[in-house]
Amino acid sequence: MARTLSMKDAINEALDQEMTRDPTVIMMGEDIVGGAGAAGEDDAWGGVLGVSKGLYAKHPKQMIDTPLSESAYVGAAIGAATCGLRPVAELMFIDFMGVCLDQIYNQAAKFRYMFGGKAETPVVIRAMCGAGFRAAAQHSQMLTPIFAHIPGLKVVCPSNAYDTKGLLIQAIRDNDPVIFLEHKNLYGSECDVPEEPYAIPFGEANVVREGSDVTIVTYGLMVPNSLTAAETLKKEGIDVEVIDLRTISPIDMDTVIESVEETGRLVCVDEANPRCSIASDISSVVAQDAFGALKAPIEMVTAPHAPVPFTPSLEDIYIPSPDRIADAVRKTMASSKQEVAAQ
Amino acid sequence: MSNPFPLEKEGLLEAYRRMKTIREFEERLHVDFGRGDIPGFVHLYAGEEAAGVGIMMHLQDHDRIASTHRGHGHCIAKGVDVKGMMAEIYGKSTGSCAGKGGSMHIADLSKGMMGANGILGAGAPLVCGAALAAQKLGHDGVGITFFGDGASNQGTVLESMNLAAIWNLPAIFVVENNGYAESTSVDYAVASDSYVDRATGFGMPGITVDGTDFFAVYEAAGEVVKRAREGAGPTLLECKMIRFFGHFEGDAQTYRAPGENEDNRANRDCLKIFRAKVTEAGVLTDAELDAIDAEVMDLIEEAVEEAKAAPLPAPEELTTDVYVSY
Repeated sequence: MARTLSMKDAINEALDQEMTRDPTVIMMGEDIVGGAGAAGEDDAWGGVLGVSKGLYAKHPKQMIDTPLSESAYVGAAIGAATCGLRPVAELMFIDFMGVCLDQIYNQAAKFRYMFGGKAETPVVIRAMCGAGFRAAAQHSQMLTPIFAHIPGLKVVCPSNAYDTKGLLIQAIRDNDPVIFLEHKNLYGSECDVPEEPYAIPFGEANVVREGSDVTIVTYGLMVPNSLTAAETLKKEGIDVEVIDLRTISPIDMDTVIESVEETGRLVCVDEANPRCSIASDISSVVAQDAFGALKAPIEMVTAPHAPVPFTPSLEDIYIPSPDRIADAVRKTMASSKQEVAAQ
Repeated sequence: MSNPFPLEKEGLLEAYRRMKTIREFEERLHVDFGRGDIPGFVHLYAGEEAAGVGIMMHLQDHDRIASTHRGHGHCIAKGVDVKGMMAEIYGKSTGSCAGKGGSMHIADLSKGMMGANGILGAGAPLVCGAALAAQKLGHDGVGITFFGDGASNQGTVLESMNLAAIWNLPAIFVVENNGYAESTSVDYAVASDSYVDRATGFGMPGITVDGTDFFAVYEAAGEVVKRAREGAGPTLLECKMIRFFGHFEGDAQTYRAPGENEDNRANRDCLKIFRAKVTEAGVLTDAELDAIDAEVMDLIEEAVEEAKAAPLPAPEELTTDVYVSY
């Protein structure tokens, strides 16, 4: 039965179904229940934006509010993952990774390798990411490149409610540590989401729009922005293919290369800062592996090399917009490798 | 003569065997490292054996420990295979971690050993997780994190003590206070005069024991492990102890007082203290202990020979075991 769900509700449903299926799935985080120890009602918050609202009533033993001690509880989630539980730790904002990064990149990510393949750490660390919430520099970052850089971690950043449910279920069932990033400006975005549980495999990009002239590769909030740009460009006779990576690590470069071999033109769109970004990573791989297929220089559309500003007038121009994406596509359509080489 | 000790003869022999194994393992590494046989760097546990063994004698495989950079003693005390450890330190494919971890990352989850750890204080949150898992899965396992006086100042340790207290976790925080954070004195670096006071601040009991006295550690650890198993919550246990060697091998130890190491070896050697107690009480004989000494020396020699003869990991192992699946 087709049924429309928001990304926020899709997360709630995935957590609910997995906690029902498997009692070793537990969730830990700050205010994920809310009101712990306080005089008022139980389940007062259900997470800072209400994502886990109602889960405590259904799974009281699996929902654990934590003190504001990210190193301790994220580390506890990681430790518990090596001892028979499948914890989902919620970090509220990806920006808070800084205070507990050691547990993520020196502990969880490395156990299996350091211990000669004898450890499994099935932990999911969920966090909101991305700009557009007027939340300023410490609550708005898109830090996907930092985590994609680290061997041992898997990194997921979905663009819609359907993928979110399937990828979160996969993340919980996965036996490696997963950084699961939810763009806060997509929480309200809705689409058809099946009620029954389903898992979407990692490392399989989704061609969300087929086209023959230019390939856009992106993820997260930049998927809808790229689709908007593609609709504008269609009116100009430019046929754009849009690839939603869905998972940043593992990354489905085969789908990207295949598309570029068809279109010959690539625009990488990334809400992260430009240096050592997902966009620059994809650009380098395509330049190495599909240089012969390129008809024009690769374009990158990213945030600037600057922190996220607070004031709406600046934040709005910080985030790659459909207009900037469309401009980059027009630029790649207008130039050719031969022209650039001749300059 | 009656036995005044809390362990029967077999238990005493086992405790001695574990302590002696650690001692000779470390003494041998000191020599082999000095000769250039061992890659990287090592931190030796010699002098501190009574603490690790006094605690670990109370534990089983389903009890989890998180160790430190100075982890060989904890591994041996917890039952990790000595030959696998030696091969690991030599970087061989037969090592506990297939040669990929080395001295600072030896682990054996099947023995409840969650890993030595190159990051100071990092084990405390992990052990809270182990204790939480025991609580949720309904078994009586405990989680013990070891850290030095140096790492006792890490935020992870302090956060974890609070977390363990509010969740009433079966977690034990063992401060191995050997007086030095690398080269920096505990008197300089630790603001509180008493770790017991720190424990009180987090709403848990704290106990300080002489870590060179196996029986003092054994007795105190028995109480705190029992307390954790019975659901009475976390405890801090401080063991005041002696580090015979430097922070790492190659440390010239110029920060020590003149004659300090010699005095420690002569008067504060936990193995000598143990031997004196059990022989003077007439429970064990020097001959029995000497027999263990000989067996341990043979084991260490075999471990080194086998480690040296073992193959290096194949080049393709460079990129295996990064993920379960990718």
